[in-house]
Amino acid sequence: MTASGSPARGSTRRVPPPPAPSIEFEAVSFAYPDGTRALADVSLRIEPGEMLAIVGQNGSGKSTLVRHLNGLLRPTGGRVLMDGTDIRPVHVAHLAARVGLAFQNPDRQLFAGHVSAEVEFGPRNLGIRGAELAERVALALAAVGLEGVAGANPYDLGYSRRKLLALASVLAMRTPVLILDEPTTGQDARGVARVQDVVARAAADGRTVIAISHDMRFVAECFRRVVVMRAGRVALDGLPSAVFAEAAWPELRAAYLEPPLPAVAGARLGLGATPTGSEFVAALAAGLRNR
Amino acid sequence: MAIELSAVRYRYAGASVFALRSIDLRLEPGRVVGVAGANEAGKSTVCLVASGLAPGVVGGLLEGSVRIDGVETATLRPHELAQRCGLLFQNAATQVSNTTATVFEEVGFGPCNLGLPVSEVGNRAWWALRAVGIEKLAARDPARLSGGEGQLVALASVLALRPKYLILDEPTSELDPAGTSLVADALGRVARETGAGILLVEHKTDVLAQIANEVVVLERGAVALAGAAAPTLADPRLAELGVEPPAAVRLERMVRAAGLEWTAAVAEAIE
Repeated sequence: MTASGSPARGSTRRVPPPPAPSIEFEAVSFAYPDGTRALADVSLRIEPGEMLAIVGQNGSGKSTLVRHLNGLLRPTGGRVLMDGTDIRPVHVAHLAARVGLAFQNPDRQLFAGHVSAEVEFGPRNLGIRGAELAERVALALAAVGLEGVAGANPYDLGYSRRKLLALASVLAMRTPVLILDEPTTGQDARGVARVQDVVARAAADGRTVIAISHDMRFVAECFRRVVVMRAGRVALDGLPSAVFAEAAWPELRAAYLEPPLPAVAGARLGLGATPTGSEFVAALAAGLRNR
Repeated sequence: MAIELSAVRYRYAGASVFALRSIDLRLEPGRVVGVAGANEAGKSTVCLVASGLAPGVVGGLLEGSVRIDGVETATLRPHELAQRCGLLFQNAATQVSNTTATVFEEVGFGPCNLGLPVSEVGNRAWWALRAVGIEKLAARDPARLSGGEGQLVALASVLALRPKYLILDEPTSELDPAGTSLVADALGRVARETGAGILLVEHKTDVLAQIANEVVVLERGAVALAGAAAPTLADPRLAELGVEPPAAVRLERMVRAAGLEWTAAVAEAIE
C-alpha cells in the first residue's frame, strides 16, 4: 500500500509525539449562550495513553465535552486540567500543539486548494518546515490511504475520502492527544478498517485517543474504556466488558443505545460479558469444552 | 408498475469516465430495495438517475432506459417527476427549503406546493412527523437543529409528499442507534402501509437485513451482486466489495471459522 517514494509505515515512531498529558474534568458544566445546558457536572479523569470511546444519543453532550479539551469551548462551571494545570488561561493556539481534533463534518475543517496543502497546514502552524514537514504529510496521507491523491482538490474527493483527509490533517500535527468525532460515519468496510488501524497505531505511540462514536462494534473492538453520556452527564464509565454487560443494559437503553450483538448473544447463552465477536467465540469455545 | 433501469450507463457533465457502467434494477411499489457498495461505487449516482434528476436537472449523458411506470424519465418535467418519486439527498442540510419558520411548515412545504387543501397539508405534515418520531420538533426553527434532527426533518418532508416511490441516500448516516432503528421501522411501515416502493442506499447492512426485500451491491458503477436480501447479505463476496456484512452474518462466520459447532441454540442467540 505504500506508494513509491513515501516512507515505510513503521517510521512514524522515529519521531515520537511528546508525552501525553493526564486530563481531568473537574465538575465541568457548560451552557450554550441560548441557555441550552449541554454538560452538567461532568467529572472524568483520563490517564496518558488511554483509549477512550464516548458514546450516547444525538445531543447528549459528547461533542461539547471534547471541545473543552482544545479550548474551542470553556466551561461555564468547573475546571479542565491537563497535567494538573487549569487550561482556562491557555490559548487555543497552544492547546492545538497538544490536542488534535478531527471534526464530525469534514467540510467544517477543509479549506485548502489541494490535498497536501490541507495536511501541511496544521504542522506548518506548529513551526514544522522542510524535510520533516514533507515526511509528516506523506506519512499522514499514507496512514489513511490517500497518498495517491496528494495533488487533488479536497472537494473533488467523495465524502468518505474528505473525512479521511480531515483525519490525516490532524494526524500530521502529531499531537499527544488525538480526538476523533464520529470517525467511521460514511465509511465503507475498508474505510472503517483504516480508521481502526489509525487508532491502534496512535495508541501504540503512547498517544491518548478519544473517539466519539455511534458504532458500537468499533467501540467494543478498538477501545479499552467506554464512557456513556446521557443528557450532559456521565451515565456509565468502564471497560467494554462492563459497559456492555447485561447488568448495564437498562442504563444503556435509557441512553438510547443498544449493546453490540456479540454482547447480546453471549448473555442469551449465559457466556458472560462478550462485547466483541472474538470474545464471544472464545467464550463459546470454552463453554463447549467444559460441557 | 415499477421504476426500471435497463442497461443504464451514465456520465456526469465534464467527466471522462462513466460513473455508472452497467445498471439493471427494478423497484416495485410496496418493496424495499437496498443498495450497498464501497465508497464511490455509484450509489448516489443511481439515486440521481433513478429519480430522473440526472440527466434531467444535473445534466450529463445517459444511455439505456430509465422508466417510471413505463414512462421514460427523460420525457417527464421536474414537477411530474416530483409527484411520482421523492428523493432524499445524502447531505440532508442541502434539502431544507430555508423559507420556513418552523419544522411543521418545513414538512408541510412540499404538500402545500402540490396544491393540496390546507387541512390535508396539515394532516400529512403531522403524519410524516409522527412516522419518524419528531412531533416534538414541530415548533422548532429548522435552521437550528442538530445533524441527526435535521436528517429526520428532511426525511419527514419527503414522506409528506406521499410519493409512490421513495429514493433515500443514506437516511440514517448521522443518527444514533436509537434514531437508526426508529427510521428503519418507519420505512418498513411506510412501504407496507402506503404501498410506496423504497430504494434505500445504506452502509449499515443491519438496516437492510431488517427491512429490505432485495439488495443490490454495486462495484465501480456496475451491479456486482443482486437478489433476495438475506442470501445477498450473507454472500461471502460482500467483504471484497467493501461492504461490511450484518452483525449476525459476521458472528456466524466467526463461530464457524473457529471450528465450533453451529447449534440451534447459538443460531437463536444470534438472531
